[in-house]
Amino acid sequence: MNNVITIIGKRLGLGLLTMFMVSVIIFLAVNMLPGDFAQALLGQSATPEAVAAIRKDLGLDKPIHIRYFDWLLGAVQWDFGTSFAKANFSSYAGTTADANFGTVADQLAPRFANTLFLAGVTAAIAVPLSLLIGVLAALYRYSIFDRIANVSTLTSISSPEFFVAYILILLLAVLSPVFPSLSNIHDGMDFGQKLEKTMLPALTLTLVVTAHMMRMTRAAIINLLASPYIEMARLKGLSPFRIIVVHALPNALAPIINVIALNLAYLITGVVVVEVVFVYPGVGQLFVDSVKIRDIPVVQACCLVFAAAYISLNLIADVMSILSNPRLRLPK
Amino acid sequence: MTLNISRRTALKTAAAAGALSVTGMPAMAAPKHGGTYRIGMSGGNTSDTWDSRTHSDSFMINMGAGCVFETLTEVSSAGELVGELAESWEASPDAKIWTFNLRKGVTFHNGKPFGADDVIESMNMHVEEGAKSAAKPIVSAVSEMKKLSDHQVQFVLKSGSADFPYLVSDYHICMFPAGQIAEAIAGGIGTGPYKVVSFEPGVRALVTKFEDHWDADNRGYFAEVEQIYIADASARVNALMTSQVDAINRVDFKSVKLLNAYINIDIIEVTGNMHNTFPMLVGNAPFDDVNVRRALKYAVNRQEMVDKILLGHGAVGNDHPIGPANQYYAADLEQTEYDPDKAKFYLKEAGLSSLNVDLSVSDGAFAGAVDAGQLYQNSGNGAGININIVQEPADGYWSNVWLKKPWCACYWSGRATEDWMFSTAYESGVPWNDTGWQNERFQKLLLEGRAQLDTGLRSEIYREMQSICRDEGATVVPMYQNYVDAKSNRVEHSGKTGNLWMLDNLRSCKRWWTA
Repeated sequence: MNNVITIIGKRLGLGLLTMFMVSVIIFLAVNMLPGDFAQALLGQSATPEAVAAIRKDLGLDKPIHIRYFDWLLGAVQWDFGTSFAKANFSSYAGTTADANFGTVADQLAPRFANTLFLAGVTAAIAVPLSLLIGVLAALYRYSIFDRIANVSTLTSISSPEFFVAYILILLLAVLSPVFPSLSNIHDGMDFGQKLEKTMLPALTLTLVVTAHMMRMTRAAIINLLASPYIEMARLKGLSPFRIIVVHALPNALAPIINVIALNLAYLITGVVVVEVVFVYPGVGQLFVDSVKIRDIPVVQACCLVFAAAYISLNLIADVMSILSNPRLRLPK
Repeated sequence: MTLNISRRTALKTAAAAGALSVTGMPAMAAPKHGGTYRIGMSGGNTSDTWDSRTHSDSFMINMGAGCVFETLTEVSSAGELVGELAESWEASPDAKIWTFNLRKGVTFHNGKPFGADDVIESMNMHVEEGAKSAAKPIVSAVSEMKKLSDHQVQFVLKSGSADFPYLVSDYHICMFPAGQIAEAIAGGIGTGPYKVVSFEPGVRALVTKFEDHWDADNRGYFAEVEQIYIADASARVNALMTSQVDAINRVDFKSVKLLNAYINIDIIEVTGNMHNTFPMLVGNAPFDDVNVRRALKYAVNRQEMVDKILLGHGAVGNDHPIGPANQYYAADLEQTEYDPDKAKFYLKEAGLSSLNVDLSVSDGAFAGAVDAGQLYQNSGNGAGININIVQEPADGYWSNVWLKKPWCACYWSGRATEDWMFSTAYESGVPWNDTGWQNERFQKLLLEGRAQLDTGLRSEIYREMQSICRDEGATVVPMYQNYVDAKSNRVEHSGKTGNLWMLDNLRSCKRWWTA
């Protein structure tokens, strides 16, 4: 058991180190974006004095390393600062009625909750579905079913997301109006309404991520079917289904868990296009909108959240594949 | 089935039609109250607030001046200036002193009565220390504001301005409650026919009918208005086609045909003042020579640009910034056409046999600017003009290219009045004069027209100014770009929509109703 804890500890340390590296890269990259918030805000009316005044207000005139450590220190305490847009607003209003008013965390939290909701709904459909198809495809490998499953999932993953999205809108919103084409969920809705509104984007993403997981499941199982212990099981006269689910699948879990984690991370960080098509208020849209107006604190916070999602999901996948592997779990 | 109309029915119908034409009422039912109006709108931002000084795009203009707030005056669907919170106004003969009589019985959403103090404080918001208001030039022209009574305000201007009542219809100059401006900005408290229920910047806004509105019977017919920010043009069209929303703005020109095929969707298309331009900085050779500028004006095929860039959804421009939505638009002014021979002639006048110029373009200037530049290059070839297209990044276009490169692409949304437009971008020495062009006669007329109250004289003055711009000016205005919006037949309007802005001057929530 100690061994497992050491391995997890090491992974965790590496994860934190990666986070730190990522934060440096994010900060430098965002600061290298051409144009800045003051110019984006003032647009046609940007005079050098006005730009300088806004930059000073927002602390953009300080040297870059000081800004970085200020930001990092805040970020580890879940304080991403105040978005430029809101900071600018409170200078208009002359008052901040509420101390917590308009922090980046406030802006990010509801959007992140929406993103997690969409990712959750998608995962709830896609993960069982692809495992099932994967197992069945392994069971009936090289049959018609296997071919159809492969061809159709590969077709949907090869099509651009917006194309899949519009096909689904055409089929399920225009020709037979089953689901709404607009997924503008908001706080006033109950769970059922939210679920209905989220169905089309979730289905789109399901089509996009299924192929990856399903094919990995199939390949991992087929890979094991040549092993001697499977041969033995077959000689004992076990049914093919039992062989796959009870004997092959547990040993194939590690690669499957990895690919599922990778796809979940994708669902959190890579769904900007789907959000735009379905007008889904997730982090992706906030990110794009903030880049548009050069709202650096929001952009940085989004990047950091994306990076954290990737790293922690991969970490969890690593740990789970260790736990699923008796050789690693119980060393000699 | 054939339609059987008896003589008697035919006569009845004719009589009914006659009666209608006598009363001058449009042939449709009276506006109905109630229903939800859902709009899919572009132009939202996560930085949006209820501070009308910062409003610059359709989402907040429609929610601000179009729903929650009111201005002193407004431009009606027919293009006339009418009172909103001002009942009437009058000027001194030199147009320097303006007295506004305010409506009585108006209350804010929080119950505070509206009066002269609110007007004065709301105007002062734009000129206070550090304010970054786009309406600053309008309000700073006022030297003194006097409260004559609770419902009468007097503005003393630094110099005469006949357009002053037009200027206060600007969507930035909304009326806020005096002494509570910070709260009003935080929560969206105005006098408008709708009050705020919820607002998520860059996502969605929901407003509901304000029952105590001073004109609740005739303004704001809907029970509630839900506005959703839809950034993507295809997603907007999609939302309208699948009945998720009742109206959308900025319809992609390519989708117009598709939408036309739907019988329950109406396209609303108007030619307003929005125009695309190619300003030349006259401080740089060869643009300092008026003959070169004329040659370039004759070397552009305007109709081709309208057909290919705007897909026909626009009108040719005539090298001045005054559009069909302006009061004194000189529609009969002779049109400059594509004429390679004339272009060559003016080149010769300038002492040149051929001309090489750089044109800086980017789709950040206006959608299709790069293609428009290439069309210009092509038509210029026929006149011995070699236009070298320099493609600039869209990022930072307004700070690095516009006003800096000798010749570039640009757009203007236009202004409600001639004086406003000219004094924003054509008057000598103003910061946004994007050509640096100066003309003595033009300048003289500008000042004359500004203080002139006689409409006949103003019409002559502005006509001459438009022709000076066309002949001497340094801006090529190849085309006006239409506002193309769409609505479903679940909502209805009076039959005429304004052309100053998209979606009935962004006042559809106050003017339209559920069918």
